[in-house]
Order: sequence, then C-alpha cells, then structure tokens
Amino acid sequence: MATEIDAKDIHYRDLNRLLRAKIEEGEREFLLRNINGQRYIAAGVSEKVRLEIYGTPGLDLGAFMRGPEIIVHGNTQDGTGNTMDEGKIVVHGMAGDVLGYAMRGGKIHVYSDVGYRVGIHMKAYMDKVPVIVIGGKAGDFLGEYMAGGIIILLGMFSRYPERPIAGIYLGTGMHGGTIYVRGQVSETQLGLGLKPHKLTEEDEALLRKHLSEYCEDFNLDLEEIMKEPFIKIEPYTHRPYGKLYAY
Amino acid sequence: MEFLRGLSKDISGCGLSGVIHRKGELIPGEIIIKSICCQEERGNGLGAGFAAYGIYPDLADYYALHVMADHRKALEDVEELLAHRTYITHEEPIPTRRTPGIEDPPLFKRYFVKPKYEGEARELCADTEDEDDYMVSLVMEINTKIDGAYVISSGKNMGAFKGVGFPHQIAEFFRIEEYKAYIWTAHNRFPTNTPGWWGGAHPFTILDWSIVHNGEISSYGTNRRYLEMFGYHCTLLTDTEVVAYLLDLLIRRHRLPVEVACLALAPPFWEEIDRMPEEERELCTAVRAVYGGAMLNGPFAILFAYNGGLVGLNDRVKLRPLVAAEKGDLVYMASEEAAIRAICPDPDRVWAPKAGEPVIVELEPGVIPNQRSYLRGQGKRTEASVCRYPG
Repeated sequence: MATEIDAKDIHYRDLNRLLRAKIEEGEREFLLRNINGQRYIAAGVSEKVRLEIYGTPGLDLGAFMRGPEIIVHGNTQDGTGNTMDEGKIVVHGMAGDVLGYAMRGGKIHVYSDVGYRVGIHMKAYMDKVPVIVIGGKAGDFLGEYMAGGIIILLGMFSRYPERPIAGIYLGTGMHGGTIYVRGQVSETQLGLGLKPHKLTEEDEALLRKHLSEYCEDFNLDLEEIMKEPFIKIEPYTHRPYGKLYAY
Repeated sequence: MEFLRGLSKDISGCGLSGVIHRKGELIPGEIIIKSICCQEERGNGLGAGFAAYGIYPDLADYYALHVMADHRKALEDVEELLAHRTYITHEEPIPTRRTPGIEDPPLFKRYFVKPKYEGEARELCADTEDEDDYMVSLVMEINTKIDGAYVISSGKNMGAFKGVGFPHQIAEFFRIEEYKAYIWTAHNRFPTNTPGWWGGAHPFTILDWSIVHNGEISSYGTNRRYLEMFGYHCTLLTDTEVVAYLLDLLIRRHRLPVEVACLALAPPFWEEIDRMPEEERELCTAVRAVYGGAMLNGPFAILFAYNGGLVGLNDRVKLRPLVAAEKGDLVYMASEEAAIRAICPDPDRVWAPKAGEPVIVELEPGVIPNQRSYLRGQGKRTEASVCRYPG
C-alpha cells in the first residue's frame, strides 16, 4: 500500500521533510494528492521510490534525483528533472521551461507540450544517456548547448495547433547528443551550422526502443507514431565554436 | 533617498499574478491575495504590491491620487500644490492596519481630484483629453520637486497599494481584502541590486496604467533618457518604472494600438523580420526604427493593466515564466500555474504564451465607466502572433 499524503496547504519544506522521513523508514510508494506549487519534490532522493502526484508540482520537481520514478497526473512547472541523474519522470500533461536542464541520466516522458530551453545542456557519459520524449510541441532553444543524450519530439499531442513543432534556435550550440523530430523542421529554425539528417537503421531501432516504452506509459500505438518519417539533428563537430573563440 | 540615486538596476526572481473579469464583475481581494501568496518563495520580503481597478465607483470621474510620504511636511507640501492645481472633491488617509513585520511605514493618503486650469486654458482643456497630460505633469512635479513625497497611483477608479514586506503582510497592512475589483494585479518582489524600499515596490503606475514585472530591464538607461525627452522623470529607483511611462507615451499619447506597442517593447529579431511578408516587414521595421528607444532589453515577464484591459508580455526569448488560463469570463495570468490553480482549480484552458507574444484581454464594451480600449480595429490586424480577447 502506498503512503497517501494530502498536500493541501502543506509547505514544500514540510512536505519534503515528511517524504524523506518516510523513505528513511523504508516506505517506497507514495500517492500525493492536492499538490499545488510545492517545489523540489523528491529532489536529491537516491532511492528507488515511486511517487504518483495529482496536481501541479512546483519548480525543480525531481532535481538531482537518482532513482525515483515520478508520475504526474497534471502539468509540471519549470525546471522539472533539473540535473537528474537516474530514474524517470512521466508527465500526463504539459511541462514548463528548462525541462531536463543539465540532465545526466534517466528518462522524462511528457505527453503534451513543453516550454522553452528544454534539454538545455543535457550530457552523457559511458552508459549514462538521458532521454527526453515530448509528445507535443516545444518552444525555442530546444536542446541548446546539448552535450549528450537524446531528445525525441513528436508534435502529435499538442494544445497549440497554430504553432510549429519546435521554435527557433533549435539545438543552438549543441556539441553532442541527438535530437529526433517527427516530421520536418525548417532550416531557419536550426542553430548555426546544423542540418537535418536522415535516420540510419540504428536510429530506427533506437527510436522504436524508446518510443515503445513511451507508448506503454501513455497507452499509445507505436505504429501510429512511426507512420511519419523522422529527421535527426546532430552536431557537425564536438567543438562548434572552437574556431570562433580560439584560433 | 538621494543617496540611492544612480543605483538603477533590479535583477529579480519576482512573482506575478493577475486576473480580469471580462464582464466587469468585481472580484474580491482575497482571491488575488491567495494567488500571489502561493508564490511566496518568489519574493524575499523586500516588496509586494497590488493594483486594483473599479475600487472607487462613487468617485469614478476623479483622478485618485495615492500619495506616499516620508513625513508630514511632505504631505503638507503635496496638499498645498494640489490646492493650487486641482479641485479636491475628497481626501482621506488610505486605511491601513498595524501589521506584524511592517515597521515604520511611510504615510499614505488619497486625494480625488480634477485639474484646475487657469485662464483661457479652462475653456480649451477642461473635460478634454488634455486632463490626462495635465495629471502626468502634476505627478512628475510632485515626484521630482517635493522631497519625500511620491504619487504611487493616479488613475480614475483604480489604485496601487505597495510597500516593503511579503505579499500577505502588504495585503494585511492595506486591508486589500476590503476591496473588490474587476482587474487585479499583484507582485512579490525579490530585489537584488536596487533597494527594497517602499517606492521601489511594484506596481509602478501613471494615470490608470499599472505594471508589475519579473526580470531586469537592462535597457533602463536608454529607456529613461528616451522618456525624459517626453517629460517623464524616473524617481523611484527601479527599472520597471520606465515601462509604465512607455505605455503612457506609446499607447495613450502616440495612439499606438496595444499590439503595436507590445511589438515596440519586445520586437522580433531582424532575422525574423527578414522572413516576414512585405506588409508585416514594413511595420516591424518602422516600429523598430522609430521606437528603438522604447525597446526593452533583458529578461522580463510583465503584466500591465488599464481601465479596460489586462496584458501579459514576455521578452522575446522568454527568460522569465508566464502562464495564462481562462475559465468562463475570467482570464488569469501568473508566473506559475500553481498560482492560478490556487484560485481556479479547474480552468477551461491553460497555456504558456510564446516569447514576445502579448496576451491582451479587454473587457466587453461598455461595462465600466471611463472604459478605454486600445486594441487594433478589424482589418488593421498584423500577422504578428498575438492572443487577444475579444479574438
């Protein structure tokens, strides 16, 4: 049985203190109701706990966490998964700006749209490869300064029919990692020097692997998603500004 | 405050909240208090404030001057000036209550006035649009010439309440729960490089313009010098002050529609303009060329309001958060979605406005006295991305 907490009018410090105490006692499953704006939920937690959240969690949900699985029935605010290291965040709504900022590992699955600067400065090392899958559309600066990891952008479950699938400055300054986009993006949207590429067979296999897990989370049909071709955006060199700043 | 002059920047992580009822129905003060208090951590106790529209229905034809004074002498000087320059129909202290944590507050008084023209000007100017210009000059005169006195709002049927404290303290001090308004905005301040003093709290106002801001106007110096050419003088030591005067200049005096004014404040990049269709490109080029001095640089999310509308706007690369939502005739905007859900748990729609894309919400026509509308007429719309009510 999960420990159920009614978070109505509980301050974030008290809520996180309570969560930490329960985790210390060995509790591994939590159900948080009436969450509204509480910051730093599960931040820095290094245990394999599972949290189901109902409401709108506040800034920096799951920041620095190493292991927890967080399922949000609602939207998340800015800074979700900030520098997270391991674990998973599933958002059954939309997410704010700087989702997955400097993410080092783990997965973030968002059903609908995300804000600006998502995946900024994501990085990867050896077997640590962070993954963000976005079902809706993304704002400007997606994958800015990306150094590693994978972003998959579907543009399918968006609340903004009038907007393009991604904003401008897509992948600006990226020097590692890969961004996959279902459909097309205009070259004017891309950061300096970037170009869209065709997928290889390895790319296809990788997409299928990550997207089948995404489909399980949201009860979606993988084949429907794979119907449309994807493009990928990768850095053309690992030092895009080497010549700009050092001759 | 003389020793603080020259310090004129404000980098902050502030919190904003605003709500408007499109049919002009009055929203109790507790609502906005609850919303801004949900964002407690966005401020640090060095400033909070509220702007309320529709709070003086019985005196709706008079300019309501909210005056803040450091000492009794300043207030006397203001009163002497007002006696010469205005007809005062009513005056009273702004009701406050002793509030834990609020120490040594300045004096607050409000005056309901009309301009008193001399000689021929009376025939020409009384009851015309010139009254607004008259009041702007009067406010500038009080702010620059009377030591220790500041007009913190000067519009009709509206008022600003602000000071040093957390939002719940300022709300308690000014008895915000006793007011009802059809538009509310609120601010929770986190000043980092300008002083946290009473005059520097948000909102900033002139006439019925009010603005609350999260961010930093790094173009403050340019904007301030530009405004000085038009008779606006910045005296409140915080960057946000320029936005209130820019709105008055661009929209009221130069009659730019609010969409175009927003384009001047947060214009598209030149490379975006290059890709626009011709008519659009011409407009954006002209706006950038003519109103270069009005462009706001730096990160910002602002909410501004006037007798008739509420507008939210982000800088053009969205360096500060802004979320909007609607439920029936109510439209909400705030820094965080949680601040909206605290007062509207089940909105019909929630969205994140794009960078530089204003969300303009005007009241339905003819629902309040002295109602102003600054939206572009049908057929004169630009292609520029804008969210407007009525659509």
